Amino acid sequence: MNLLTDPIGVSHYLAVGAVLFVTGAVCMATKRNALGVLMGIELVLNGANINFVAFGSKLLRSDSFGLDGQLFALFVIVLAAAEAAVALAIALNFYNNHTTIDVDRADDLKG
Amino acid sequence: MMSLLAATAINWHSIFFLLFALVACFFALAVLFTSNIVRMAFYLILSLGATAGLFFLAGAAFVGAMQLMIYVGGTLVLLVFGVMLTAQQSFISMKTKGGDWILAAAAGGTMLVLLISIAFRVEDWRAGRPDGDQLTAADVEDTTRIGAAFIGVRTDKLDVYDDAAKDGESEPDAAGQLTLQGMSGYLLPFEIVSIHLLVVLIGAAYLARAKKRAPARSASTTQR
Repeated sequence: MNLLTDPIGVSHYLAVGAVLFVTGAVCMATKRNALGVLMGIELVLNGANINFVAFGSKLLRSDSFGLDGQLFALFVIVLAAAEAAVALAIALNFYNNHTTIDVDRADDLKG
Repeated sequence: MMSLLAATAINWHSIFFLLFALVACFFALAVLFTSNIVRMAFYLILSLGATAGLFFLAGAAFVGAMQLMIYVGGTLVLLVFGVMLTAQQSFISMKTKGGDWILAAAAGGTMLVLLISIAFRVEDWRAGRPDGDQLTAADVEDTTRIGAAFIGVRTDKLDVYDDAAKDGESEPDAAGQLTLQGMSGYLLPFEIVSIHLLVVLIGAAYLARAKKRAPARSASTTQR
């Protein structure tokens, strides 16, 4: 199909969501900075949000989920904000106690 | 080139989708591949802003606006503050080991191929809505309905009840009516999330408070 002339479908949104999700997951796995891990989480949540909105969109499908997709996306946004606030507080606490932000140094609980 | 443009009507919706999708994916990858934490924060802002554009293109104007206001305007500002508070010389740029990159690239690439191949495998999802250009702005205007759903009224599910009442043989009871109309809506999750936000706010303030009391208390105990 020609992307310039044909209307886009849910699949294209899902592909963008997949890219954001995988980037965020790899970000979470590889970053050594605790705030980098947080940014990976934000990317993952956004990838999921794109899928919710795409499945709920009336512009992309006639038998969409309707309002539920958008409402779920809104809840995800709010919970992401709450999660970022708590995680940032924990990261700052960790930085104050250990004078480092490297997650590999957080091994106090090693058995 | 001009004849090609004239022959087939350019679908501006698709063009803008491509634009926003490329910006979102490119800067998400930039977040992954840069090791500078300050640049990561900036690229993340651009990526999430482009995602808000995708929401607008999908007809979810309210979610797109909330994405810009809460995510880009709130959560990321919080993250940037965290970066500023911790960006000491040695923590600005932290390199990942080569072996970690190889493992992550193998796992991530496999997952990406899997997800995208699944996304394009379903015939129904691949093509856009054929009568999409006949939709008017009023058809996708959802902001009022979202607000009503949050206070427990699902105005978009009213026809479900009407259809059920038409071919229903018996009179539905009052509780059944409410269920059919979807009148439970999202009032309970909305309340839960509001309490959750309050708890999180208090918890975050408690966790991140300045700890100057500990040395003072030890000083007072030594005085005793």
